Amino acid sequence: MSKRENIRVPVSQQPFTVTKPEDTTTIGGTVTVQINEKKFSVPLGTTILEACRQNQIHIPTLCHHPDLCIAGVCRICVVDVEGMKTLQTACSFPITTPIKIHTSTPMVRKARRHIIDLLLSEHYGECYSCFRNGSCELQSLAKEYGVDEYTFGHADKPRYQVDRSSAAVVRDMSKCILCKRCVRTCIDLQEVGVLEAINRGHETYIGTFLDKPLADVICINCGQCINRCPTAALRANDPSDEIWEAIDNPKKHVIIQTAPSPRAAIGEEFGIEAGHSFTGELNTALKRIGFDKVFDTNFTADLTIIEEGTELLYRLKKIIVDKDESVKLPQFTSCSPGWIKFIEHFYPEYLGYLSTAKSPQQMFGAIMKTFYAKQAGINPADIVTVALMPCAAKKFECNRPEMNSSGYKDVDYGLTTREMAKMIREAGIYLPEMPKANFDEPFGDASGAGLIFGATGGVMEAALRTVYELVTGREVPFKNLAIEPCRGFEGVKQASVKLENCVDQYKFLEGVELKFVVAHGTANAKKVMEMLRKGELSNVHFVEIMACPGGCLGGGGQPIPTNAEIRKKRAQAIYAEEESLTVRKSHENPHIKYIYENFLTDGPCGKLSHKLLHTHYLKRGKFIS
Amino acid sequence: MEIKLENKKRSGPVLFSEYKRGDGIRKAVELGRENILFELKNSGLKGRGGAGFPTSTKWMLSAAANADKKFIVCNADEGEPGTFKDRVLLLEYPELVFDGMVIAGFTIGAQTGIVYLRGEYEYMLQPLEDYLAKVREDNLLGKNILGKENFDFDISIRLGSGAYVCGEETALIESLEGCRGEPRNRPPYPVNTGYLGYPTVVNNVETLASVSHIVLKGGEWFKKYGTDKSTGSKLFSVSGDCEKPGVYELPWGTKIKELLEIVGAKNTKAVQAGGASGTCIPKTQFDRMLGYEDAATGGSIIIFNESRNMLKVLKNFMEFFIEESCGQCTPCRIGNIKLMDGIEKIESGEFTFSYINNLKELGRTMQVASKCGLGQSSPNSFISILENFKEEILNTNWKGKENV
Ligand SMILES: Cc1cc2nc3c(=O)[nH]c(=O)nc-3n(C[C@H](O)[C@H](O)[C@H](O)COP(=O)(O)O)c2cc1C
Ligand code: SF4
Ligand code: SF4
Ligand code: SF4
Ligand code: SF4
Ligand code: FES
Repeated sequence: MSKRENIRVPVSQQPFTVTKPEDTTTIGGTVTVQINEKKFSVPLGTTILEACRQNQIHIPTLCHHPDLCIAGVCRICVVDVEGMKTLQTACSFPITTPIKIHTSTPMVRKARRHIIDLLLSEHYGECYSCFRNGSCELQSLAKEYGVDEYTFGHADKPRYQVDRSSAAVVRDMSKCILCKRCVRTCIDLQEVGVLEAINRGHETYIGTFLDKPLADVICINCGQCINRCPTAALRANDPSDEIWEAIDNPKKHVIIQTAPSPRAAIGEEFGIEAGHSFTGELNTALKRIGFDKVFDTNFTADLTIIEEGTELLYRLKKIIVDKDESVKLPQFTSCSPGWIKFIEHFYPEYLGYLSTAKSPQQMFGAIMKTFYAKQAGINPADIVTVALMPCAAKKFECNRPEMNSSGYKDVDYGLTTREMAKMIREAGIYLPEMPKANFDEPFGDASGAGLIFGATGGVMEAALRTVYELVTGREVPFKNLAIEPCRGFEGVKQASVKLENCVDQYKFLEGVELKFVVAHGTANAKKVMEMLRKGELSNVHFVEIMACPGGCLGGGGQPIPTNAEIRKKRAQAIYAEEESLTVRKSHENPHIKYIYENFLTDGPCGKLSHKLLHTHYLKRGKFIS
Repeated sequence: MEIKLENKKRSGPVLFSEYKRGDGIRKAVELGRENILFELKNSGLKGRGGAGFPTSTKWMLSAAANADKKFIVCNADEGEPGTFKDRVLLLEYPELVFDGMVIAGFTIGAQTGIVYLRGEYEYMLQPLEDYLAKVREDNLLGKNILGKENFDFDISIRLGSGAYVCGEETALIESLEGCRGEPRNRPPYPVNTGYLGYPTVVNNVETLASVSHIVLKGGEWFKKYGTDKSTGSKLFSVSGDCEKPGVYELPWGTKIKELLEIVGAKNTKAVQAGGASGTCIPKTQFDRMLGYEDAATGGSIIIFNESRNMLKVLKNFMEFFIEESCGQCTPCRIGNIKLMDGIEKIESGEFTFSYINNLKELGRTMQVASKCGLGQSSPNSFISILENFKEEILNTNWKGKENV
C-alpha cells in the first residue's frame, strides 16, 4: 500500500496499489467481478471505473483524470455495489473481493442527474458564449443525461471576479465546479502548489496564496491546470483579437512562427485522431488567414542548439583546461519558460547552471526584428511577431521585460494551439482539407533536430547530434541518428556517450563520458534539482528539463483533453515527421550557416549573439512573484 | 488548571459499574489477544460513535493487517449537537477510556495511541495530561507495561480544530496529518490505510470505555443488558424540554417513552434521536425503542415539547449542516443549500408540493451519494420532519393554489 511521501497528498487520494503476485493467474492475483449481469476477471486492486472501461461499459466522470490522483469528490461516477448501504464512486473503489456492480439502476441514474442539476444550479455561464462550448465535460454530461430544465435553478450572476492578472492563465471561478483537478495538477503533477481550496462548505472556492492575483504568486504559467479543467473556469489569456487587428492593419507586417508540437496536435481540434501532423496544411491556412510570412520555429531551435552546444563546450573547456572553478556544470537547458520560472522561484541559488541561451521563440523574435527586418527592408516597428506555441508560459515569456533585445518587443504574442484552431475556424477554414505548402524563405527549411524539440528528450538528442559531431568529427553512434536513451516518457532519464578520437580542437575531451539527464514535468525537475543539491549530478554535463509532462507536446496550450495515450501519439507524429527530413542535424542547416556568415559574424556565443540570443534570469520568492 | 470532578459517582448497570484503574489491562494480558477478540465478539459491542460498526471486526481487521506500525485513535471530537457524554467519561472515568486504548493497542499490536480531543475541550487537556503522567508512573503506560516484555504503548493528546466533520474518522486522520479536515475515500478503510498510511483503529470514547469493562467482566456479562442486536448499555446525552437533562446510562432497548419518563419530560411533541444527523420521532412513535435496530443514536436525545415550531427546529439543523459541510463533494456542498432554500420557501408559503417532493428525492440522493456520513445524514431531519409533521408544516404554511 502506498505510503505518504508528500505530506500534501492524502494517502487515500494517492493511486491505490495492491502488491500483485508475479503470476496473476494464481488465486489472489485476480478477482472476479460481476458488472450488470456479466462476469469479468480483473487484477486485484483495479478500480470499478477501470474495470468498466476495460469492458466498454461507460461510467461518467468529472473529477477523475487519468493523469491525476483520485479525488472522489464530484460523485458523478456512483454505481451500486451489492451489499453496500450507499452508492460507491467507481473512480475510487478498488476491487479486492468478488463484488456485484450495477451501473445503471434507477437510484444511480437519479443520483447522477441530481448531481448534474446541482452543479448547473451554481454554474454561471452560457454555453454559446463560452470557449469550451463543444469541449466542456459539464456540458456533455448535461447532454448525456438529457437535462432540459434547471430543476434547482441556475446562477444568474457571477459569484467571483474573473482574475485576468496573469499573462498566461485566466481564472473564472464562477464556472468552477470544484472538481479540484487543477489543485491536484498543480500540487501533485507539477509540484508547484499555487492553487488550493479556500474556505469550506458552500463557501469553498479555488484560490491562491493569500488570495493574491495569479500574476503575483508562484504560478509558473505552465497551463497544465487549464488542460485538465473540465469546464471554462480556467483558460489561457487569448490574444487573438489583437492578432486579428494586426492582420487587418495593412501597415503591419505580421509574421508567425510555428513550433512543431502544435503542428502535431492541432488536427485534434478539428476532430482528427491524435498522432497526425498538419505542418503543410497549416502553412496554407495561415497564409489564407492573412499572415504575411509563415516561418518555422525549428530554424531558431537549430540556432539554440548551436548556441547552447557551444556554451556547453565553453563550460567544459573552462573547467577541464582552464581549471576555472566558478563555472557551473551540469548545464541546464533554458527553452521551457515554465521551467525557468520554476527554478527562479524554488532554486534561485542554482540559476548559474542554466544555459543563458534564449528559447527558440525568443531568438526568433530577436532575429525577425533585426536581421530579417533589414534584409526585407521593413521597419521593425511595423513588424508584428506571433508565435504559435503549445505552451501557456510562452505568453508570459514574451512579456518578460528583458525580452526586447531587438530594441522592440521581440515577440509580440504567444498563441496557443487551441487559439490558433479557433482563428482558423473563424476564418472559415477546415484545416485537414488544406493543400500543403512550404514555409516561407529565407527561414524555410529547418533540420529535424529542431523538430524533435517538441518531445521530452528532443533538445538533448538534437544537442548531442551536434556536439558529438563537432567534437569527434563523426555522427553520433546511434542507428538512424535516433538516440533512443533520450526518447520515451520515463520521468527522469539518464544516459551517456563516450567521446573518443576527438578532433584537435577538442582533444581535451578525449575519453570523457558525456553524461546527460532528461526530465519532464516540474515534479521530475524537482527530483533532479534535489539530486543536484545532494551532489549526485557532479559528473553529469548536460540536463534537459521541460516544464510540461511529455515535453512541449503536452504543453498547456495544446488541445484538450490530454492523457498519456494522446501524448504518446503526438510524439510518434513528431518522430515520424523528422525521419522523413533530409537535414537532421542543426549544424547542417544551410540557413544556420548563412546567418553566422552574414549576420552573427562573430560566431556562436559571440558578442552579437550574446546581445540578441542570450538572456539572464531573476531570483524570485518562494511564495509570491 | 484544577478541574473539580463530580465526587458522587454516577450509577448505571454497565459503564458506571465498579472498575479499578489497570484491572482491564491486567486481565487483557492474562487473556491474550485471541481471547480478547473472542470476548469482544461475544459481547456484540458495536461502535458508540454513531455508525455502529462491530468493534471486534474492526479490531480483527487491523490485527490481521501486516505493517510495521499501527495506531489507536480515540475519537473525542464529540461534535454532534446535543452530545456531551464523552466529556463526562473523560473527566470522571478516564481510567476506562485510557485502559481501553491500551487494551486496543495490545490486541492489534499498536504502540501509539492518539486522543483527538475536541477543540472546545481544551480545558480538559491539562488534567488529562496529568492523569496520563500518573499512569505512566504506575507503568500502565510506556515501555514494558506491567513488566511484560515488549508491551509498549503510549498515548498523546491532540486538540481538534473545531470542525464537526473532523469527527468523521478519515477527516480526523487528515486533520491529524496536518491537512484540511476532509473525509477520504473509503475503501481503503483506516483499518488498513489510516494515519500516515498505517493500519489505524478509530474508536469512540465510549466504545473504548466499554471495552475495559468487557475485557474485565466478559462478553456474556455485557450481553445480559440490552437487546439481541444492541447489546450492553448506552450513555444518552439528554437535552431539550425536560426537567432533568444530563447524561444517563440506560440499557439499549429502552423505549422512548420510558426515557421521557425518567428525565421528566412533559407535553413532548417530538424526540430527535441521534442529534442533527438523526431522525425526528413524533409522539405517535414513542413506543419505539432505542437501539441500532430501531431508533439509532450516538447518544444524543433532544426533546421538543408542544410549544416548539418544528420548521424552526429543522431550519436550525440545516443551518448547522451548511456551516459544517466540508464542501468537497457535490451532493452535500450544494444539496444542503437547496434543502435550505426549500425550508425558506416553506416559511414564506411560496412553495409547491411537487417542489418539496423534488427536494425529498434530492435528500435521498444525498443519503446515498455523499462522500461521508455528514452529507449522508444531513437530509435525515429534513425528510423525517417533513414526513412526520407534514400537517403542521406544509399545510399551515401553504399559501399557493396548487393542489398536488
Ligand atoms: C460528520 C461526522 C461526525 C462524526 N463525529 C464523531 C464524533 O464526534 N465522535 C465519534 O466518536 N464519532 C464521530 N463520528 C463517527 C466516526 O466517523 C467513526 O465512525 C467513529 O469514531 C468510530 O468509532 P466507533 O466504532 O467506536 O463508534 C462522526 C461521523 C461523521 C460522519
Ligand atoms: S463551462 Fe461548459 S457548461 Fe459552462 S458555459 Fe462553458 S461550455 Fe457551458
Ligand atoms: S499554470 Fe501551472 S503553476 Fe500555474 S496554477 Fe496552473 S498548474 Fe499551477
Ligand atoms: S478550476 Fe476547473 S479544474 Fe479547478 S476545480 Fe474548478 S472546475 Fe475543477
Ligand atoms: S458529505 Fe459533506 S462533509 Fe462529507 S465529504 Fe461531502 S461535503 Fe464533505
Ligand atoms: S469521477 Fe468519481 S467522484 Fe468524481
